[in-house]
Amino acid sequence: MINVSKLKKGIVLDHITQGHGYKVFEQLGLDKLDDVVVLMRNVDSKKMGKKDLIKIETDLKLDFDVLGLIDPGISVTYVSDGVPVKKLHLTLPETVTGILTCKNPRCITNVEKIDEITFRLVDPDKKQYACEYCDARTSL
Amino acid sequence: MNNIRHLLEPQDFSVKELGSLLELADSIVNAPEKYAEKCKGKILASLFYEPSTRTKFSFDAAMLRLGGQVIGFSDPNTSSTAKGETVADSAKTVSQYADIIVVRHPKEGTARLMSKHADCPVINAGDGGHQHPTQTLTDLLTIMHYKKRLTDLTIGVCGDLMFGRTIHSLVSCLSRFSNVKFVFISPDELKMPTYIKDSLNKLGISYYETDNLEHAIPDLDILYMSRVQRERFINEEEYMRLKDFFILTRDKLDTAKKDMIVMHPLPRVNEIATDVDDDPRAVYFNQVKFGMYVRMALILSLLRLDERSVLS
Repeated sequence: MINVSKLKKGIVLDHITQGHGYKVFEQLGLDKLDDVVVLMRNVDSKKMGKKDLIKIETDLKLDFDVLGLIDPGISVTYVSDGVPVKKLHLTLPETVTGILTCKNPRCITNVEKIDEITFRLVDPDKKQYACEYCDARTSL
Repeated sequence: MNNIRHLLEPQDFSVKELGSLLELADSIVNAPEKYAEKCKGKILASLFYEPSTRTKFSFDAAMLRLGGQVIGFSDPNTSSTAKGETVADSAKTVSQYADIIVVRHPKEGTARLMSKHADCPVINAGDGGHQHPTQTLTDLLTIMHYKKRLTDLTIGVCGDLMFGRTIHSLVSCLSRFSNVKFVFISPDELKMPTYIKDSLNKLGISYYETDNLEHAIPDLDILYMSRVQRERFINEEEYMRLKDFFILTRDKLDTAKKDMIVMHPLPRVNEIATDVDDDPRAVYFNQVKFGMYVRMALILSLLRLDERSVLS
């Protein structure tokens, strides 16, 4: 059993579906941080059997749209002076802007550079979003 | 102009707005001369990034019949696109010259992109396989003209229901009106996509699927025929096998209602025999004319040049 010391100030991302931890790590760009970051995989969980977990010693502002897209079951806990001060539960966002790209090769967004493309949630079960320009469905 | 409205897809207009647009179009059908000066001094920019004969002519004729003028191109190689200008910049630039923009482009979503950058209304005249809303308006005006209603109708759509953009758009639009039923007539390989049937199921709209045109005909108020499009097939053999699956001939109309109408977005290939053309129920060539009239109404409405327009 590996022990990771208790977080004094920062954010804990808990209840990440087993195997999704690295994806969350990548999407949040945690490899670019100078702060202490711990990614724990395959941690025993009463609720989930196994789960992934990330602890970040930072004041970083999280992009919840990204987290909700990857794994809406993640719980986010802000810690200050070693105690949890705020807890958030994520849901799939109704719209996401500037995160997804359209996979439809016939879409204008794959010809012209458009920074802020909005996608709207069309199938929550399959986590599918439709491009605002061509309506083609995509997921992360 | 404040509060610029565009037409990028049929759902951009509410049912009430569609009703007022069709009423205006019907008035134009009855007395086009009254509208001959309405767009005097106005300019329509017609930006056709891919070839189109009927749609371009229809928009150009609509603006000219309203007394306006048309600028534009039908070959992108003659425009600044050839110098690498983006669609977004073209929209900004052209809207400094013109009062309204009509755009056709092979890439899906181009009209929406233009609408975000233009300082005037933008009409989508077809963006790849995505949307072609003025064809839907044409169909609605044709139905309204002959049936005097958009409610309480049984509509048979026949042919390529899988790839037929026009048909998807018409079915989605008509499903907003009450007591409309559909009969989807196609071979198994070209059936209506599930997402369209799902949306009809959600709305509680009645429909059935069949591959037998003759059996379906007696039920119908409208028979909407469509072409099997060669360009949608990867396999030529498959196209050859399916292209003549349904051919509407004069004798098949024997069991049809006397006031049923036969529509087609044109061009037709073999799916309607020429002996149907002079049956009074065949209205597909008149449909073309209604296309021009509804585009006249659309231009007037988007430019807010007619008091009957209720576009918010």
